[in-house]
Parts: sequence; structure tokens; C-alpha cells
Amino acid sequence: MPDALLFGTEVFLNGLMAGVLYALVALGFVLIYKASGIFNYAQGVMALFAAMTLHGIMVGQVPFAHLINATFGTHIHHFGWEIPALLAIVLTVIVMILLAWLVQRYVFRHLVGQEPIILFMATIGLAYFLEGVADLMWGSDIKTLDVGIPQGGSFWIEENTQWMGMGNENFYGFFLDKLDLVATVIAAILVVALVLFSQYTKQGRAMRAVADDHQAALSVGIRLNSIWVLVWSVAGFVALVAGIMWGSKSGVQFSLSLIALKALPVLMLGGFTSIPGAIVGGLIIGVGEKLFEFAVGPLVGGATENWFAYVLALIFLVFRPQGLFGEKIIERV
Amino acid sequence: MLDQTEDGYITVDGRKIGGVVMEMKNITLRFGGVVAIKDISFDIREGEIRAIIGPNGAGKSSMLNVISGFYNPQEGEVWYHGKPRPRMKPFQVAQQGIARTFQNIALFEGMSVLDNVMTGRLNKMDGSLWKQAIWKGAAEREEVENREKAEQIIDFLEIQAIRKTPVSRLPYGLKKRVELARALVAEPKLLLLDEPMAGMNVEEKEDMSRFILDVNDEFGTTIALIEHDMGVVMDLSDRVVVMDYGKKIGDGTPDEVRNNQEVIDAYLGVAHD
Repeated sequence: MPDALLFGTEVFLNGLMAGVLYALVALGFVLIYKASGIFNYAQGVMALFAAMTLHGIMVGQVPFAHLINATFGTHIHHFGWEIPALLAIVLTVIVMILLAWLVQRYVFRHLVGQEPIILFMATIGLAYFLEGVADLMWGSDIKTLDVGIPQGGSFWIEENTQWMGMGNENFYGFFLDKLDLVATVIAAILVVALVLFSQYTKQGRAMRAVADDHQAALSVGIRLNSIWVLVWSVAGFVALVAGIMWGSKSGVQFSLSLIALKALPVLMLGGFTSIPGAIVGGLIIGVGEKLFEFAVGPLVGGATENWFAYVLALIFLVFRPQGLFGEKIIERV
Repeated sequence: MLDQTEDGYITVDGRKIGGVVMEMKNITLRFGGVVAIKDISFDIREGEIRAIIGPNGAGKSSMLNVISGFYNPQEGEVWYHGKPRPRMKPFQVAQQGIARTFQNIALFEGMSVLDNVMTGRLNKMDGSLWKQAIWKGAAEREEVENREKAEQIIDFLEIQAIRKTPVSRLPYGLKKRVELARALVAEPKLLLLDEPMAGMNVEEKEDMSRFILDVNDEFGTTIALIEHDMGVVMDLSDRVVVMDYGKKIGDGTPDEVRNNQEVIDAYLGVAHD
């Protein structure tokens, strides 16, 4: 087999894996947008906050240590214990649920029925507030997050795909990162679980009802506030998963919050209201930008990954504004 | 004619209706300086069809919104089953067994008819998230039960053919019927219908009237409804409240109301002095 085809295939596979991570972030957006019509700019910062909290809990860091030290002249920084990854994840989930409740109770409960742009502004405020809190709580240094997910290339895959070269001596098998493989499996499980939850449980049905019509939801006895807390909690959980994956891959640092920007073109493609759309959109962007870089990059001097997704999104906005799977907007006049 | 029997029940033209389910006591509702409802009292009795009528802007919908908890009156009390009801959110009122439909239809447009009807059963379902998440056993049985009830109501209202159709694709008349189904499936003690026949043609109106009578007859559901069409109201209801400019100007059987001079004036548009 020729080199270009083999290498192209590898690029394609790696693109799929990167796409899964984009999809994970986009998923958090879709959940909140569907249920409350809020475009949550803070989703990326939530991923950052979740990852930092998880790291902080695992290494036994004292939250707000700098603040405490500065106020009381103490020199505390760590509790001196370490917490196993699984328990730390459970604790972080609890923190995210608490955050969801606080956000609902003190911000969005007071903004019910406001214009979408006002809700959007509130999430921008929330994003910067949360970033500040994360900094204050856990410090701004770059952290390495290791929750025990295997990393590095999988030799097993490399060895077992070598035959595909069909005698090509330059080919040593496909190189795929184990972390990406794990991320893919987890994302798949998460999506299936979310779809089952929203289709077949009482809370899921209530969530869809609230997303559709607030007044009607009230009239069948759905408590809007608790559904919104639930939605923000689920989005917080998805943010945590995304935070773990990105954090394990490239360290927990403040640029993590910028993955939210990468999720935007995914949403344009997949539609803001579709869970499968977020997944497919993520995959298309992931594969598209890697293949484009591989095929066209050398001709234009590279770095196409930075803009490819946005140009693709722009094209979609012109020709199919509701995205691939979004609900088509038909107004009866 | 309205008659009192010795055991406390009243009869309307010989038909027996039950005790007081809901009583509005001196309700006043204001929006800023505008008085939407002014010192109105009336009751709703078990098993009856109670109509609220009046010209445009009389405050009928506001009244229904007070009953269903969407508005809270500044003055007066709502008594439910012999007890004053504290201030409540709409979802709490719904949980007390009061279901409603809306004048402008509030359905879940993105869902199928069956899914819409199923949301009406949410209150009948076990709330615990854990049980729902694990789902086996109890939750599954519950889902089957609710599904049966939903299908039963769908059959009753003759909308089997559109069970799986997304609501957004339905014509207006059918949407109204789906909304009624969603309210009914909750097995309400009191059913509130806000202009169930607005915007319908004669045939659809006849269908809807028949369904309302059937619901009242078969399930014994107490119904309070708002309607514009005088003919329909007179045929349908046991007792009628007439409102005009936020005030109550008549209350009684259709015959009594029809012959009430003040009501006639309101409908014919006599100048207020």
C-alpha cells in the first residue's frame, strides 16, 4: 500500500479521536441549551474548574490556601494526604452538583424569562467569575492530572496493524494514543447513557418537556428549578469528563477553558439542540481539520488547524443554519 | 332550575351534582394600576361543568390563571377541598390534581403525541432519581402502567392514528385535543379548559363538546371552562359565571343567566354609565 494512503488513514483515525474530545465539550453546551435556551459560555471554564478541583482533591491541596495564608500569615498548602482517583472523582462530582445548585439559585433563577442575550451575558460573567474562583482556590500553576488512564501509543495496535502495509517497509502499524481510545469509549458510553436517560426516565422526560415549553411544563406539575439544577449538574459532569480527558492529555492549565471556542464550530455543524449532532459534528471537525492539514496544509504553509473548523462552520451557517441535526425552524404565519 | 336537596347536594335540572370542591372568596387581582378581577366569589362543585363566560377582556383567563396558580391574587382566598390554599407555584397546583389547557395551546412541539400525553403522567411517577436510573423492577412496571393509561386516554379521544406524529405537524383542532389528552391523563380532580373551542369550525366544535361531555360523564371529572360561544356554553354547562370588566355580573344555570338583564346588556354592549 502506498505511504500516503496509510498515513492518511492514520490521520483520519487520529482525527476521529480528537473529534471525540471536541464532541464531549459540545455535549455540555447542547444539554444546557436544550433545557433552558441558555448558551452557556462558561462550559469551557466549568471543564477547567472541574479538572482543577479533581487535581486539587487528589493531591490533597488546601483550597484557598493563598488567601488563607495571606490573611492569617500561615503557611499551609497541603493536607498531607492523597486521595485515590475514583474517590476524588466522586467528590468532584459532588462539587459540580453544588456548583450547579448555586448557579441556579443565585443567578439564573432571577433571570427567568429574560432575553437570551441577557442570559448569555450572565454566562460570560459566570465564566470569568468561575475562572477567578478556580485560580483563588487551586492556584494558577500548570498541573499534571493522572487519574490512571493509560497514555502513549498503543504497541498492541501498532503490531497488529503492521500487516496492513502489505509489504510496505516504511509502515510500522498505526499509531494511536491509548488515552484517545479510552476517551472514545467513555464518550460513547456517556452519550448512550444520556440518550437513555432523556428518553426513558421521569427526569429525562421532564427535562425535554422543560426544554420545549416552560408554561406547559409548569401546568403538568414539573418544578422548573429542580430540573434546571439537574441539567446544570449533568452539564457539570460532562465538563468534568471533558476536563479529565483534556487535562490528562495536555495538563490542567487556564488555556483549557478555551476549548469552549473549539466547541462552537462543532455546534454550528451539529445543531445546538441535538445530542447525536454534537457527536457527529465533533467527529467531522476532528477528522476534517486533521485531513485538511495533511492534504492542503503543506501547500499553504501549514497551521490550517487553527482556522479550518471556523471556515467550515461559516459555510454551514450560510447554507444550513440549523446544522446537520438541529430542529428546522418553521414558523407558521 | 337550581334546587337544594335535604342531604346538602344540589341538583341542576334534576341532575345531581356534588359538594363544593373549590371556592373563590373575594378574589381581587391587579396588574399595576389595572384591576383584572374585582372582588369575585363563586364556587365549583364536584362533578359539574362550570363555565366562565364574558366579553373580551372581562378577566376570564385571569380567573383561570388564579385557580391554576399562574397568578396570585392580591386579595381574597382560594379554598380547595374545604381549606384555604396557601400561595402556590403552578407546578404545586398541578400536583394537587388540577390540570389545565391553554388558550393558545402550550404543547411540547418537539415531541410526539404519545410523549406529550406521557408528560401528563409525570406527577404519578416515583420521583427518586436512583430508581429511575437503575430502572429495573418498580420503575419499569410504573412505566408500563403509565403507558397503559396514556393509551387509554388516546383511544378515548380518538387520536390513535396520530400517536407517533410530532405535535408540530398537527392541525390546530387536533392540537387542542392532544392538549386535552395530556391534561386528562393526569386523572385530575379538577380540569380547567381555557377556550377549548376557540378558532374551531362547527364540526370540530361539536367533536370537542362531545368529548367534554364524555369526560364529565365517564370519569366524573369536575370541569371549569372558559368559552366565547354562547350556544356551546348553554348546551354544555351545568352552571355559568358571567364576568364583565373584571366583575361578576351573573351566576346560575344557563337559563337563569340567559334571562339576566345585566348579562344581556354586557353582551349587546349597552353603554356603561
